Amino acid sequence: MMDKQQTQEFIAKRVAQELKDGNVVNLGIGLPTLVANFIPADKSVDFQSENGFIGLGSVPAEGKEDMNIVNAGGSCVTILPGGVFFDSATSFGIIRGGHVDVTVLGALQVAENGDIANYMIPGKMVPGMGGAMDLLSGAKKVIVAMEHTAKGNPKLLKKCNLPLTAVKAVDMIITEMGVIEVTPEGFTLVERNPEYTVEQIQEATEATLHVAPNLKEMVV
Amino acid sequence: MDKRITLKEAVDMIKDGSVIMVGGFLACGTPDKLIDALVSKGVKDLTLICNDTGTPERGVGKLVVTKQFKTIYATHIGTNKETGRQMMAGETEVHLVPQGTLAEQIRAAGYGLGGFLTATGVGTEVEKGKQVLEVDGKTYLLEKPMKADFALVYADVADTKGNLVYRGSTRNFNPMMAAAADVTIVEARKVVPVGEIDANDVVVPGAFVNYIVEEGA
Repeated sequence: MMDKQQTQEFIAKRVAQELKDGNVVNLGIGLPTLVANFIPADKSVDFQSENGFIGLGSVPAEGKEDMNIVNAGGSCVTILPGGVFFDSATSFGIIRGGHVDVTVLGALQVAENGDIANYMIPGKMVPGMGGAMDLLSGAKKVIVAMEHTAKGNPKLLKKCNLPLTAVKAVDMIITEMGVIEVTPEGFTLVERNPEYTVEQIQEATEATLHVAPNLKEMVV
Repeated sequence: MDKRITLKEAVDMIKDGSVIMVGGFLACGTPDKLIDALVSKGVKDLTLICNDTGTPERGVGKLVVTKQFKTIYATHIGTNKETGRQMMAGETEVHLVPQGTLAEQIRAAGYGLGGFLTATGVGTEVEKGKQVLEVDGKTYLLEKPMKADFALVYADVADTKGNLVYRGSTRNFNPMMAAAADVTIVEARKVVPVGEIDANDVVVPGAFVNYIVEEGA
């Protein structure tokens, strides 16, 4: 069994494999942020930060922070050579206009038709949607990176019962159990972590899991 | 014309019930001196338009803690627990808006547009009460412009005509807000004489700016 950190890194490493050389990518807060640590040296991926730049670099060394360069989570970061700063209208023009190739987000629930809920639990947690609704409607490919269940309860459902962030928006879900694509038939398991059987993955999924004829092993 | 005024002259204009839009993203690129002066002045029942409500210690979050807002339009309030508490308790009216939509609503107001169509929010709670339009087979929401009485914006350097230059990610909502209010007040880290900023480097034209407050002054 992997602990929480190992699980998150496992998922992030698999997400990194989906990113192609030259892609413009937006990473959500939390687990998705880890993806940046696992981009192979032979691939050039440009990270977009919705608060206003492309070319998001690593966290600066202590004492080297520039308070004028922060990511969408408010933490000090750096900008890489070739990067560019812009205002929020331009930033969301880039997002809504389909100029972001991949967006990676977490989710509370995903439905088999691609609906996603990830911005509020009524009466409990109402942080707001930030840029998530725009990213979901505008990015060319939407990858949900998350743990397969929440305290054992399925997050991959027939239908979401939390307020939706977007309708029919998710293309792919990557969890510690496998890689699932959203297809016209519903959830299709395309890769399986060999630590789990198909039956175990189905058991952790409320909606029906279709198994791809060429089901592969998940290798990170 | 030299647009410089004192901090006191700036906040004297802002009265109880004013609608203010404030630049910044998690307090990066927020006009902090103007915020502190509003806290000291104690104006009440303000309406805020801002990306987020900062933290209790930083940015517009300070004005949340002192309960100076009646209504808030923001995209994210999760970093300031006091905003959430006031919303749940019914003390402050909070409207959550998708970030790209808020940026474009402000831009539309400043750029003389009657609104715009966006696919963002279709099929979600954001759709409620809005006109849904189909154009060439795609579904959109009609979003209306959002303007304010005052825009409080930040800049790294301003010349005395109000031409503005930015650094890093401080730009965010500031340029659109500068255009979208009846009165735009800039807080600049540094103010320089006309001619010192290369015309090619200006991000916000001085035509959008009414007054400038110099940070150190």
